[in-house]
Amino acid sequence: MNEVSASDDGDEIFEVNYSDKGVVETQYSDDEKPLIEARDVSVIFDDQVVLQDIGLQITRGQTVAIIGESGCGKTVFMKTLVGLVQPTRGEIYFDGEGLHHMGYSELTQTRRRFGFVFQNAALFDSMSVFENVAFPLRQSEVVSETVVDERVMQHLAEVGLSRNVAYKRPAELSGGMRKRVGLARALILKPEVVVYDEPTTGLDPIMSDVINELILDTRRRYPVTSVVVTHDMHTARKVADRVLMFYPRARLNENESQVLFDGPPSSLEHAEDRRVRQFVRGEAGERLTELAHGLSG
Amino acid sequence: MSDSANTLDSTQKPESALVRWVNQWGSAVVDGITTIGDMTLFSWKMLKWLFTRLPCRGTVLVNFYQVGALSLPVVALTGTFIGMVLAVQSYAQFHAIGLDSRLGAVINSTLVKELGPVLAATMLAGRVGGAMAAVLGTMRVTEQIDALTAMGADPIHYLVVPRFLACILLIPSLTIMADFMGIVGGYFYSVIILGIDHAAYLNHSRDGVTGFDLFSGIFKSVFFGSIIAIVSCYRGFNCEPGAEGVGKAATTAFVYSFVLILAVDLFLTIVMNSIYYTIYPNGSSFL
Repeated sequence: MNEVSASDDGDEIFEVNYSDKGVVETQYSDDEKPLIEARDVSVIFDDQVVLQDIGLQITRGQTVAIIGESGCGKTVFMKTLVGLVQPTRGEIYFDGEGLHHMGYSELTQTRRRFGFVFQNAALFDSMSVFENVAFPLRQSEVVSETVVDERVMQHLAEVGLSRNVAYKRPAELSGGMRKRVGLARALILKPEVVVYDEPTTGLDPIMSDVINELILDTRRRYPVTSVVVTHDMHTARKVADRVLMFYPRARLNENESQVLFDGPPSSLEHAEDRRVRQFVRGEAGERLTELAHGLSG
Repeated sequence: MSDSANTLDSTQKPESALVRWVNQWGSAVVDGITTIGDMTLFSWKMLKWLFTRLPCRGTVLVNFYQVGALSLPVVALTGTFIGMVLAVQSYAQFHAIGLDSRLGAVINSTLVKELGPVLAATMLAGRVGGAMAAVLGTMRVTEQIDALTAMGADPIHYLVVPRFLACILLIPSLTIMADFMGIVGGYFYSVIILGIDHAAYLNHSRDGVTGFDLFSGIFKSVFFGSIIAIVSCYRGFNCEPGAEGVGKAATTAFVYSFVLILAVDLFLTIVMNSIYYTIYPNGSSFL
């Protein structure tokens, strides 16, 4: 089911699809710039090459899952997208603007267009749940406490948390609740991009699926672009339009790309690269032999 | 073959040991210079925030309470005991030469010029500096500092500036408290326990301490407060991963702060003494 729409100023024409995920997918005209672009990004810590010459483009409205085994640089790449890690080489562009060209305040403003859900939620221990969710709002806008209260409670309700939870400390919450508070905090500024770092790691299967549904629900409610870093194949298949698979640089040949797969989730099982299929099926394969011989990882 | 291999090994060993030694020292020097440069940049960023935008009152007051109110009892207690210990240690020598009544001048002067500021700073470094490094280290390890940055808040503005303000603004009060309680402790032990004449003790005490001494002690304490805040916050921000990393950050924050406090104390004492003897060429004397 497709329909054609025009933007408010009538300059751009784009196509809207309703996918099988029940999510609005927006496909922009070909000449439109990608929302996020990584150009030959390399990140090197001391002598360790974590990322090498990564290039990719993410268009507005897409949900991209980045998969790969532990230590392949998924989280580092995600932090590089937000400017939390500076690339050793290469550039990141957001909405056509290079992060490396931005001054401090411009970079701060750009970061506020992102919502970041951290692996362990990264809630501030010294604050209550309410204060945690209100924090980005109080930092970026001058709003009355009534508005803060209203918006915090609305976002907590959207992730299925009651008013009682609002006055608890993060230490009193379960893993799933912490992740949901983290999601509420990430969404309170109505970001254009939501970045999820291992959103289902450490959760039981039911709560993992609750988080997956919340990611989909977020797309239904808000026109967000999402980047989901995960090694949970169920999450990747369920929420993503596009999947990228990273591979640890140290285990690749010199000329091999670090991105082994870039395509829709449905093609993962039949990927040409044996390593992708192995990862998707969760097979150790030659890793056991490699580990026995002390190869990195 | 075996002999030649042994000969080769024996000629290589001293060289490789030397190379290893040079390598180790070289990297230690490079690490040291990098840390100093890094810490200078860290302080510079903090100072820039301090003069451009102060943090909100709520954040500052929490730190004032942690640094000031909660440190007061321990600083007062330490000051009292140090005053009494000074009396115990000095009494025998002064009694031997019949100058018991001058004990107050020595105790008070030592406390006001040196022990008060250094003790208050040491207690603060131990109680507050270690805690600051541990809290910030935990925040680093659990990605809370990254979360602040990701939400468009500057971690140095939000976390370091309030702690710095609390340390430099409250350490003078803590120093005065340490001085005062030390003087009370010294008086108590000298007059009540050792039976030194009350009036003579007070007279000599007053003569032994000048306004400049009091000022120099408080002046130095501001530098000590800055050292504690900067070193502790820097160690916390650069904490290594895991529980061990947090523990190491807390320990090194105290050790580095303490060593720097003593080094800066020596430097400032020399400077303050030069100024004092320039202003008052005859100086003051206990005798």
